[in-house]
Amino acid sequence: MDIIRVRNLSKVYNGKVKAVNKISFYVEEGEIFGFLGPNGAGKTTTIKMLTTLVEPTTGDAEVFGHSIIKEQNKVRASVGVVPQEFTADEDLTGFDNALMMADLYGIPRKISKQRIVELMKLVDLEAAMKRKVGTYSGGMRRRLELAIGLVNHPRVLFLDEPTLGLDVQTRTAVWNYIKKMKNDYNMTIFMTTHYLEEADSLCDRIAIIDHGKIIKIDSPDKLKASIGGDIIKLAVNDERADLKSTLKKVAGVKTVKRNGGEYRLKVKSAETAAPKLIELIDSKGYKVTKLSMTRPTLDEVYLEYTGRSLREEDSSSSDLMAQRRTMRISRS
Amino acid sequence: MEKAKKDRLTDGKLSTPRFFRSLWSLTNRDLKKWYAAPVILLISLIQPVVWLGLFGKAFNFGNLFTGSAFNIPGLNIPQSVLNSLGNTVLMNTFGTTSYFSFLAVGMLAFIVLFTAMMSGMSIVWDRRLGFLDKLLTTPVPRGSIVIGKILNGVIRSLVQAIIVLVIAVLLGMSLTHVSATSILITFGALFLLGFGMSSLFVLLALKSKDWQTQMAIANLLNLPLLFMSNAFFPVSAMPSWLQAVANINPVSFTIEIGRQALLGIQYTTPMLYNFLYLGIFAAVLGAISIVMSWKVLKG
Repeated sequence: MDIIRVRNLSKVYNGKVKAVNKISFYVEEGEIFGFLGPNGAGKTTTIKMLTTLVEPTTGDAEVFGHSIIKEQNKVRASVGVVPQEFTADEDLTGFDNALMMADLYGIPRKISKQRIVELMKLVDLEAAMKRKVGTYSGGMRRRLELAIGLVNHPRVLFLDEPTLGLDVQTRTAVWNYIKKMKNDYNMTIFMTTHYLEEADSLCDRIAIIDHGKIIKIDSPDKLKASIGGDIIKLAVNDERADLKSTLKKVAGVKTVKRNGGEYRLKVKSAETAAPKLIELIDSKGYKVTKLSMTRPTLDEVYLEYTGRSLREEDSSSSDLMAQRRTMRISRS
Repeated sequence: MEKAKKDRLTDGKLSTPRFFRSLWSLTNRDLKKWYAAPVILLISLIQPVVWLGLFGKAFNFGNLFTGSAFNIPGLNIPQSVLNSLGNTVLMNTFGTTSYFSFLAVGMLAFIVLFTAMMSGMSIVWDRRLGFLDKLLTTPVPRGSIVIGKILNGVIRSLVQAIIVLVIAVLLGMSLTHVSATSILITFGALFLLGFGMSSLFVLLALKSKDWQTQMAIANLLNLPLLFMSNAFFPVSAMPSWLQAVANINPVSFTIEIGRQALLGIQYTTPMLYNFLYLGIFAAVLGAISIVMSWKVLKG
């Protein structure tokens, strides 16, 4: 069953900036669906439209069968949102923050108090929940936001850049919490990220989004397979020698790119091609000075489909400021 | 099964008790932040207390007219005559012989005005920190977000007004007319003033993205609103152009009610009329800010 259905959704700001440009997709019940793209690609705008924060310029979407335009309150009641920013109030305790949000969902105190303790246990914040949020570390605050996002037991959880700014170790921990939450509460998750590793390790399906358009939707494995084969990078001791055509003749080599003494080859299988390449270069009287083999990563997938690297950024100043604030808190 | 149905809000509508709890929850969040930082409360109390001390005690009109400084050389007017003359002057100007008491009631409105003006500020911060967006993803009525801010401003300002009143009494405010009823009447008027002013500033903050603008507007309006009222001086003694402003200034209406109730000063306009004016002032601004919240707080 499709839990989210999006049809021709667009958002145009000030009559000219097309933040989201006629996107259509669906999210199946129980999957983790990821939006992958750089800052300013339209990920956050999409989440804001699906969670009724921003009205679409054209198009519509259904979340759990409710229109995001006509039945906003029904949508709001059935989804949980963990925004990119840290929204918990620093002057209140973690518990009080969650309790307030539960009140806003109209959950009776008797139920909400019990539920919050459960959720705090889930994210290992039970010991810290009576402390002011201002004393939490970045990782703890992210976990608190996750717990608060679940306070109404949503059927769909929206996560906007759930690990923005966190260090690698904490990031892995947060991923594990997300997986655990998904299983315990039998939820569907819609998330955005610009971390490829994150999309790769968490998402069942990924939509690559760039300049407000969806370029490709598929599972991470299929996306990687679609660009075909492994990548070998090698360096040869003589920078002037052009071995491009020679290397191309080796079985299994698809493309060769040369940059001085460095070569980047796309091959069917790196393990079998590498020894042959070394042998060939040796026989021509040159030496291989460097060699690396990589399986295709989403980074390469991304480069392939959008023609640019994910690192390039293009975003409004207030968005960037909010993002920097998030990153600063993350690292505390 | 029944229970599960009840605790999941499927239609997104809150029942009445749940609505009030959500409203109180929002108000209480801001209040908690307030009483968690008593230093700020103390600092905000300093200003009206200093005004009370400076104007009320140093500008001692009582001394001016009844002290020994006041005599005409050559004519040995007896002190008792001078004193009663002075008191008549004071009575005619201020409606009471105690300028300090006159001013103290003005200060109650002052603290309410200044506190209410800051109530929009937290909306600007909530917006900046993403908290407002987070609130908007919940099914809580948009109006509650605004009313929560207004109530927060009102509660803060009334608590501060109580403290100012206690200080004024300790410093020697006249207690002849003070009773439980007169205090209730005064705080009723202060409530309406606080509600209207908070609404106005929450309204201004709804669309604003930076707190500097908000601060500038508050600073632009606070002293004129105060001086163009009867807080320091009776309106009847002002030039006519100033009177025109002072006579429509809700601060004047509030203070008049307070002086009538707490000090027994007689005014020509009946108290009920003042209450009506303040009630309309509060209701209209409150209604506008709720309607605006439906428009502005939808993204």
